[in-house]
Amino acid sequence: MTARIGVVTFPGSLDDRDTQRAIRLAGAEPVALWHKDKDLKQVDAVVLCGGFSYGDYLRAGAIARFSPVMESLIEQAKAGLPVLGICNGFQILTEAHLLPGAMLGNDHLHFICREQKLRVENADTAWTGDYTAGQEIRIPLKNMDGRYVADRYTLDKLEAEGRVAFRYLDGNPNGSLNDIAGITNEAGNVVGLMPHPEHAVEPLIGTGRTDGLPFFTSILKKLVTA
Amino acid sequence: MARVVVDVMLKPEILDPQGQAVQRALPRLGFDGISDVRQGKRFELEVDGPVDEAALARIHELAETFLANTVIEDFTVKVESGDTAEAVK
Repeated sequence: MTARIGVVTFPGSLDDRDTQRAIRLAGAEPVALWHKDKDLKQVDAVVLCGGFSYGDYLRAGAIARFSPVMESLIEQAKAGLPVLGICNGFQILTEAHLLPGAMLGNDHLHFICREQKLRVENADTAWTGDYTAGQEIRIPLKNMDGRYVADRYTLDKLEAEGRVAFRYLDGNPNGSLNDIAGITNEAGNVVGLMPHPEHAVEPLIGTGRTDGLPFFTSILKKLVTA
Repeated sequence: MARVVVDVMLKPEILDPQGQAVQRALPRLGFDGISDVRQGKRFELEVDGPVDEAALARIHELAETFLANTVIEDFTVKVESGDTAEAVK
């Protein structure tokens, strides 16, 4: 038995298939979850993938956050279910207050699509165990609303507790405070980031590297040894 | 039927690049003397039935949980009758 990892599809999700493929390549079993369905099908973990759920209307992630699937997900994430939010998924997690802070439009007002260098700051979360702290990786970044903001108190707390999980290197692409690319909750089961590990899991495509694959092998290892 | 207006603005400490872009365009259009622009959102809610305290409390809750993200935004709720809305125009 391998781990079963759910991938939620909202109206406007884009990367659900790529995410499912990344999960499969890592050796786990992807399980499609539907936004209108409260049933999480007893998965062992969930990925909220990239895209433009509900057209980014109101605020990115604001409407998705109130969908039926999120009701169950919020409850179970608080009880320890591992959840990874990528891009729009990260935005949904902040809107759902599973992660602190909020996402706003890139400070330069342009859509961004490029390869991005990151430093993995925290290798102790459920989704980063196969990295080493301080490791530098390159994965794609593609978004409009990538500017992470939080009040000073929250930022200081995140930094002091080692909860900045990923930081942008070689220039800040969107005005995120403290160069934050991704964060984790206190327990380390809920992680969100703007760049896309699921697009960097095969040498043939994306960045030509597999720097994103450890996200999916990390969670698999965590789940099967748990 | 009454109209309730919810205005949502980014908190003062949050950078508003859209507002800045608008402000920077003003001198080119011949509008001088405007030193800052902040852009927000306005929601007009048409409410069935009376806008009593209970209805306003519900709308306040709606604004706080959904229309605004209070991590980054402030909001105000005000009641506007149809007539006043016309007058304001």
